[in-house]
Amino acid sequence: MDLFGDPAHWLPLAFAALMGLSILVYVVLDGFDLGVGILFPFADKAEKDRMVASIGPFWDANETWLVMAIGLLLVAFPAAHGAILTALYLPVAVMLVGLILRGVAFEFRVKAPLRHKRAWDGAFFAGSLMTALAQGFMLGLYVLGLDYTPAHVAFAFLTAGALAVAYSFIGATWLILKTDGALQRKAVSWARGGIWGMVLGLVAISAASPLVSPRIWDKWFSVPEVFLLAPLPMMSAALIALLWIGLRRLPARDDSFAWFPFAAGTALFVLAFFGLAYSFYPYVVPERLTIFEAASAPESLFIILLGAAVVMPVIAGYSILAYTVFRGKATDLRYD
Amino acid sequence: MDTLLLSRIQFGANISFHILFPTITIALGWVLLFFKLRYNATGEARWMAAYRFWVKVFALSFAMGVVSGITMSFQFGTNWPGFMQTVGNIAGPLLAYEVLTAFFLEAAFLGIMLFGFSRVPGWLHTLATFLVAFGTTMSAFWILVLNSWMQTPAGFEMRDGVAHATDWWAIVFNPSMPYRLTHMLIASGLTVAFLIAGLSALRWLWGDRGAEVRTTLRFGVWMGALLIPVQIAVGDMHGHNTLEHQPQKVAAMEANWETRPNVPLVLFALPDEAARENRFEIGIPNGASLILKWSPEGVVPGLNDFVAEDGTPLHPPVAPVFFSFRVMVGIGVLMLALSWAGAWLMRGGRGVEGLPRPVLWGFAGMAFSGWVAVLAGWYTTEIGRQPWLVSGILRTDQAVAAVPAPMVAGTLAAYLAVYAVLLLAYLGALTYLARKAARGEEVATPETPLAPEATVRAIQPAE
Repeated sequence: MDLFGDPAHWLPLAFAALMGLSILVYVVLDGFDLGVGILFPFADKAEKDRMVASIGPFWDANETWLVMAIGLLLVAFPAAHGAILTALYLPVAVMLVGLILRGVAFEFRVKAPLRHKRAWDGAFFAGSLMTALAQGFMLGLYVLGLDYTPAHVAFAFLTAGALAVAYSFIGATWLILKTDGALQRKAVSWARGGIWGMVLGLVAISAASPLVSPRIWDKWFSVPEVFLLAPLPMMSAALIALLWIGLRRLPARDDSFAWFPFAAGTALFVLAFFGLAYSFYPYVVPERLTIFEAASAPESLFIILLGAAVVMPVIAGYSILAYTVFRGKATDLRYD
Repeated sequence: MDTLLLSRIQFGANISFHILFPTITIALGWVLLFFKLRYNATGEARWMAAYRFWVKVFALSFAMGVVSGITMSFQFGTNWPGFMQTVGNIAGPLLAYEVLTAFFLEAAFLGIMLFGFSRVPGWLHTLATFLVAFGTTMSAFWILVLNSWMQTPAGFEMRDGVAHATDWWAIVFNPSMPYRLTHMLIASGLTVAFLIAGLSALRWLWGDRGAEVRTTLRFGVWMGALLIPVQIAVGDMHGHNTLEHQPQKVAAMEANWETRPNVPLVLFALPDEAARENRFEIGIPNGASLILKWSPEGVVPGLNDFVAEDGTPLHPPVAPVFFSFRVMVGIGVLMLALSWAGAWLMRGGRGVEGLPRPVLWGFAGMAFSGWVAVLAGWYTTEIGRQPWLVSGILRTDQAVAAVPAPMVAGTLAAYLAVYAVLLLAYLGALTYLARKAARGEEVATPETPLAPEATVRAIQPAE
């Protein structure tokens, strides 16, 4: 246990990394299938079935990453789990109701009597939107330190909208990858419309977090950090420019580069995530509780880490298997 | 109402809604594997048709279970922060192992199990079915370990008011775990047996005479008839285990106020906690002493032994534990009578035709009896744990979050509304699927499962 030095130091770090990874994977994976749900009202009946088919085999496992992230917060940083979740009581409730509606509408829209299908399609859209808005709201509130002042709540509403549009963007890029024909062309135009949400969210959070926290300001804008960190915003800007150009030329006649918008969108999420992680380290509750103060007992963390080290590669393995089995353009979902 | 009571109702409502669906998927996963293996072995279309019909019920139940389960993982933090702060070192790893070993397994292979039939080789589809069933069972294992540890904690020490693990083996195999786990797994089996028998009986009553409905009706009746005596025996052992480790719970189940010999088995009573006695009691003399101590002179613990010196009760509220226990046992007796009558009527070559209409309606009416019994059983054991959240370590009122009561009430109302709609929709969808199947709308099965080209487009979720 002392192999890497003091376990009370490296175990919380390892768990913060695992939790961060889970959140990142969740945001990208459930982000695209929530985004597909948000785009529902813009599609016709047949397109809706194709859109659901494109995420059908995956959404369950995608959502599991949220349970993983919240589980890690719960087990590794119990004090933070209580502090964060009681502060976010209402948005969490909204998100949970949204997740419930979205998840069951998936099944009900094809198993309930046909005349109810429209209502379940509505629930699918509403659930996806509620979840995305609630997550964006929580992100905004968290970034500013979990206070309910009017200005902070207004900012949280802004990030709520931005994240919902950003999810619709990555959802659209997923559809570009997984569909063809008229729906793919539609998805390209959705992605063009959605990219601004991504930009707005990135700019708003990048601007607001250093302004409210002198600590974060110093971390970014002192020398030499400002030069070492410069590639992060520059790469983001370059990716956005490339997406802007690429989306005007897609879809190509031979469907080449259909993967590009999704890959670039994912890269943007990854960059934004690293920016946030850099800003907030070592805090798990902003400015109040560090990962070292909030961590569980080292022996408990060690026994979880042992399991995680064995199981995580296996999870990665069969997730890849599932994505391989259902690779290619989405076809009708059939139980045979 | 105060935050504590509202939070308890909210958690109770959420977990009650949640447990309905894992109760179905735990056993239904294995039943589906059985159907698939029978089909692989015999090539008979009826097994595949049974798989096709019940895999839809599985998918629907699974989705309901997943989304309501996510709610649970958040509520530890939103409503009960004191729980993880005090016993997080023990509850944490157990919950983590559930997510790591079970949740991902079932979620990843569910996609292949549901939609992969024509995309992957037959063996991989069978393997996916197995892994999903295995995953749901593992999930149940870890959750039951944690719940049992909360009832009968072991393998830990308290340092500065926080529990620290000292012996993981003792934590996992704590005194009540083997009994509770077995009792719950068989309860899941019984729930599924009566659900299969009930929906199949309904289809038969609606005029479905296909080979599939014959198969599943017989299967359900026999599964119920075989499991119920085992369950009664396991339940009895579980009760004795509770008597040893949580005597106050058994005293509440039996509504026995004084510790004494010759305690009657109370069939009906209105326990009066203010007067500390039973009203309108009807009992079998010496019954409880005989069941719990195997002797009429056996001394059974009474509730009055569990009262603090200032008069505050240290035992659970009596009436809810007493009544929910009776509901559970009553349904068990009905299950025994109906499934054995059904099995006897089908004896020899009589088959499903041997079942008279009233018996078929009986099975249809009992389709969801497993749910009622499971909820009643859980209420018995969980209310029976009060006032403790973790026996002897943490009281429920110490763990609750200081969230304003109106906020808890508001979200509770929202959850209840959503759950009511979803429960109706779920029951409606199952009835609708059964009615469609009874009309023969999707009985077509592929000639050869490994040749997707030849597959009849039998079942499309999008229809």
